[in-house]
Amino acid sequence: MYGTGLAKGLLLTLRHFVESYMDDLRYGFRKYHHSTDNFGIRQGTKTKGVITVQYPDEKVAVPERFRFVPFLIVEDEDHPTRAGKDWCTSCGICAKVCPPQCIWIVRGNDPVTGRPVPEPEAFFIDIDICMNCGYCAEYCPFDAIKMDHDYELASYDRTSHHIHDKERLSKPNSYWRSIAPTRAYDEMLVRGTWEHKDAAKEARRGASSARARSSQPAAQAPAATVTAAAPAAEATPESSAAAAPSSAAESPTPWSEDEAKREERRRKALERKARRAAKQG
Amino acid sequence: MENLAAAPEQPIETASIDDAVSFLKSNHPDAIKLDDRDGYEGVIVDPDQLLDVARVIRDELGFDYLSSATAVDYLGEGDHMEMVYHAYRTSGGGALVFKAQTDRENPTIPSLTGLWRGADFQEREAWDLYGIRFPGHPNLKRILMWEGFHGHPMRKDWREAYYEEELKPFDSRWPGGHVHRSEEKNVFGKNVSYPTDIDLNRLMDSSETAVYESLGLGVDVERIMDKDGFETNELVVNMGPHHPSTHGVFRMLLTVDGETVTSLEPVMGYLHRNHEKIGERNTYLHNIPFTDRLDYISSMGNNHGYVLAVEQLMSLGRKYNPPTYRCEALRVMMVELSRIVNHLWAIGFWLNDIGAFFTPVLYFIQERERILDFFEAVAGSRMMCNYMRFGGLFGDLPERIKSVANLTNDRVRDYNTMQFLTEMINERIPRTIDELELLLTQNEIVLERSVDVGVLSAEDAINYSAAGPLLRGSGVAYDIRRADPYSIYPELDFDVAVEEEGDMYARYRVRVTELRESVRILRQILPRLEATKDESIWADGKPGAYQPRVPHGEAYGRVENGKGELGYYLVSAGGRGGSSNPWRYHVRAPSFINLTPLGRMSQGYKVADIVGILGSIDIVLGETDR
Amino acid sequence: MELNLQELNATEFPVPVELEDNIAITSLSQLYNWGRRNSMWPMLFGLACCAIEMIATASSRFDFSRFGFEVMRATPRQADLMIVSGTVTKKMVVPIVRLYNQMPEPKYVLAMGACASGGGPFKEGYNVVSGMDKYLPVDVYVPGCPPTPQALLYGMIALQRKIDGQSIANGDDVPWYGVGPAEPTPVPVLGPDIIDPRQMDMIRRQAESAARDMGLLGSRELPAITQMVAAKAETAEAVAEAAPADTDALNVVLPTGGTPWAEAEDIREKRRLRALARKALRASRRAAQAEGE
Repeated sequence: MYGTGLAKGLLLTLRHFVESYMDDLRYGFRKYHHSTDNFGIRQGTKTKGVITVQYPDEKVAVPERFRFVPFLIVEDEDHPTRAGKDWCTSCGICAKVCPPQCIWIVRGNDPVTGRPVPEPEAFFIDIDICMNCGYCAEYCPFDAIKMDHDYELASYDRTSHHIHDKERLSKPNSYWRSIAPTRAYDEMLVRGTWEHKDAAKEARRGASSARARSSQPAAQAPAATVTAAAPAAEATPESSAAAAPSSAAESPTPWSEDEAKREERRRKALERKARRAAKQG
Repeated sequence: MENLAAAPEQPIETASIDDAVSFLKSNHPDAIKLDDRDGYEGVIVDPDQLLDVARVIRDELGFDYLSSATAVDYLGEGDHMEMVYHAYRTSGGGALVFKAQTDRENPTIPSLTGLWRGADFQEREAWDLYGIRFPGHPNLKRILMWEGFHGHPMRKDWREAYYEEELKPFDSRWPGGHVHRSEEKNVFGKNVSYPTDIDLNRLMDSSETAVYESLGLGVDVERIMDKDGFETNELVVNMGPHHPSTHGVFRMLLTVDGETVTSLEPVMGYLHRNHEKIGERNTYLHNIPFTDRLDYISSMGNNHGYVLAVEQLMSLGRKYNPPTYRCEALRVMMVELSRIVNHLWAIGFWLNDIGAFFTPVLYFIQERERILDFFEAVAGSRMMCNYMRFGGLFGDLPERIKSVANLTNDRVRDYNTMQFLTEMINERIPRTIDELELLLTQNEIVLERSVDVGVLSAEDAINYSAAGPLLRGSGVAYDIRRADPYSIYPELDFDVAVEEEGDMYARYRVRVTELRESVRILRQILPRLEATKDESIWADGKPGAYQPRVPHGEAYGRVENGKGELGYYLVSAGGRGGSSNPWRYHVRAPSFINLTPLGRMSQGYKVADIVGILGSIDIVLGETDR
Repeated sequence: MELNLQELNATEFPVPVELEDNIAITSLSQLYNWGRRNSMWPMLFGLACCAIEMIATASSRFDFSRFGFEVMRATPRQADLMIVSGTVTKKMVVPIVRLYNQMPEPKYVLAMGACASGGGPFKEGYNVVSGMDKYLPVDVYVPGCPPTPQALLYGMIALQRKIDGQSIANGDDVPWYGVGPAEPTPVPVLGPDIIDPRQMDMIRRQAESAARDMGLLGSRELPAITQMVAAKAETAEAVAEAAPADTDALNVVLPTGGTPWAEAEDIREKRRLRALARKALRASRRAAQAEGE
């Protein structure tokens, strides 16, 4: 009979409509409540009905292999000998394997001998070019560059925010272990230590070599870790205008500046009011 | 036919490729030369006799399907231009590759559009990007760039505005990698370069006039009176590039008589992002994530075609291990899952086009989201999977699909991977397909909108080089997974979906059947995954090198992707030891070539049907324009 | 989005705690912005891969209608927000600028993904525009390739916050609270390469000097000017001088010569002067007021 196909389809949509309330009944209308442990079920294979994620009140956590823009691993601050030291040895494999060529590395040089040292002097990633492919992390032989899971990066200004320098890129090893515990564990098994490969080597080498080098790190370590961008900026004055993204690190949300503006306006309004009151008085 | 000695028991139209080549060689000794370059196959045809030879190939040898026609610029490698054609038989089997060479200064090769209409867009592309002229082509004008653009950009000596070096990796990145933005190095601050003789006083934008030129605007005296004696005139309607039903930035120029379409011309290139030019600067490995962005609905299938092509080239070398069984099984599983995603998406948006606005597609997107969650957990990204590698994969399946809280308010999921897959494959996806059929297959509105609309006959489908559901919906049972099998498809049990009618509804039916067949394949894959749990995913037992060298030669790797035949034509030139960057990297994009018959299919239907016909072809612009 | 009156209540006038859910005292700007940011209508407009993620964001799992982005309009004349979702090619930027010009003010542009922000992985390609902001003013950039639906939602929330910060009293913040008609963005021309009319003067100068220096006027098969100039400018400083990184500096002021955008330039100049006059007037009034006190 003409119309049966239509009627069946309409019944199906009706069923979907009814099903969208089944979860509500199941969880006693506490479906989106923070305390109920139903998120996994709602997003899983067994569920029927509404699957809406109430972003930003609840967010789908991303899996361990998720890749967004890369970041560099530095040793934890509480590490006894290598606190804050880069894992990166500036071997350049990530820059070579990067398909859109968005990684720039200035290899560090020893100020005394002029020979390359296994440490990047500057490291830049242009996230306006990065295609989040994950090759840099995949092919890094030192586990020093990883794909970040923080996707909340929207900004109002790309000239100052979108070239990540070494300061912006560096995150401690403990962060990587927190966002990808299983992968970090597997890597540790291969590496044989939770720290950087070199840490174990250094420990083996003993105190004598550590003493011998103690004069050098004093000269070069601060330059490499604390104000990493400064030497690079001096070296290339023409690029410094675009590559001054360190302000990005200061404001975690892009709208903080607008909040400041609002605050300013409010203060002015209060002043005006005070003046008016004084005039009437 | 004096050469039957080569294959006495077989008629020549079903003989093997080698016999076909020797048949050609003996019948046209002065026109044919075997391609004896290292790692190359097929024959080189004298351009003056190309048409005759091609006719023999099509009519006598039975290679009725011209899959790919593309140009190669051998600057410094012989200094000539070359057109490479891959012809297949719709009954199955390998390719007969034939080539025609011409000089670089004034490249001219006769057009094959008279024999295969499917060569139309591909020859226009070769003209646009390489500057090869095709005498006999009915409408030889630029297709991806605009008319008036300076130069033919795919030529090896043509340089883009942001040119840095011939090949990646660029030296400026390391060890002295001081960051810059390309626009800072360009005087105009933009991605532009102008020829020195640019005359700004008499500048005109000829891109639009050229588009409308071929439509013969103006009053046509013959047509001014229609059959009922009304004074009428034809109207040109422009649809796109900004239009909600063109599936992206596609554009069509319709000539309409009242509501009836008399002719349709596709205009494209609005998403031409120079995939091939960038691909030839890239190393082989660099190209994998770029292939993700071709058909961005089913990136796994794109990866698969590309790694197959490169593995074909690598197998020419001395040291080569084929991928392991587990690797192949995982690849097939991923490809079939993305085929499901692709068909759900295609059917959903086709229904949008014919008026079922968003209800079905929202149901399908819900299922797609779950499959994407799986991709995200395995490969790291929802859409741009970048999962396959030469001789392996990015990684094995994780034990659990598990997320980790990182941001505030993050909610965690944790499923067993195999259980998740089993439930998806055995319960959710079949249920979705059942619902889809219940909702649509017998729906009277769908039937009335789609039956006998946009008809393409089987002969036309073959002649226009249509592929995928478009070809099979016209009654040609040509599925590369069966016709020219690859990976582990030969041992899997599934049927080729085919419908005879050739209309929109037949294409819909083909897609629904393919959804069911994909589920059938996936059900066979699951036990294979369980059985190979301990096997490595790497052919060599360890991950491949980051800059693999690929031996000298050419390869054409093709797969049956959701939208049709996706082929990659690769040339590895360079020294004896091969190279790490492809010399030629060409994508035979099904969405692009499937648009060739669009004009033919649309003639005589109403304007409102056009969006439906376009939707039933199922194009994606990333692949169409590349 | 549920009505949250406390959010609006942001003036100096105190509202008793028990009435906070019922009464809001607010400034006109804030009320206006609040209404506007919760009813942003995006244009139904997809360019490339990111468009698929945009559709996913619009679909039931992420559902941006929860933020008032409910109605996607296919026509620019009904849209407030243009989400540039994907690679902008030179061929496509022409229609995009036309679409932007047709949108009614106030209008916003959100660059979704690496390609729309700065060219993305395809930046080096000959047909790719290195960032939508080379042609249109972009309000929010969402990085990622492609950004996940949640990243896009974050960008949209960022846009709402930006709208919150704008003021109708303070006409200089945003272009659309001034008087006079809106000046259209000049539509690029597809010549031998794409030509931005705002750069016409500069292109002419470069072309003339390059041709003069090389003595190569008239022949067709020539290397591009860019390379010649780059070869000429031996030091990096010279290049930097020729191409200041600041895009505003590239908006060369054109001589009035019958070009469609020159008129717009005039209008813009007049508006600027008027705004300055208003500002001066306000300042003098304020000074008089202060004296009165």
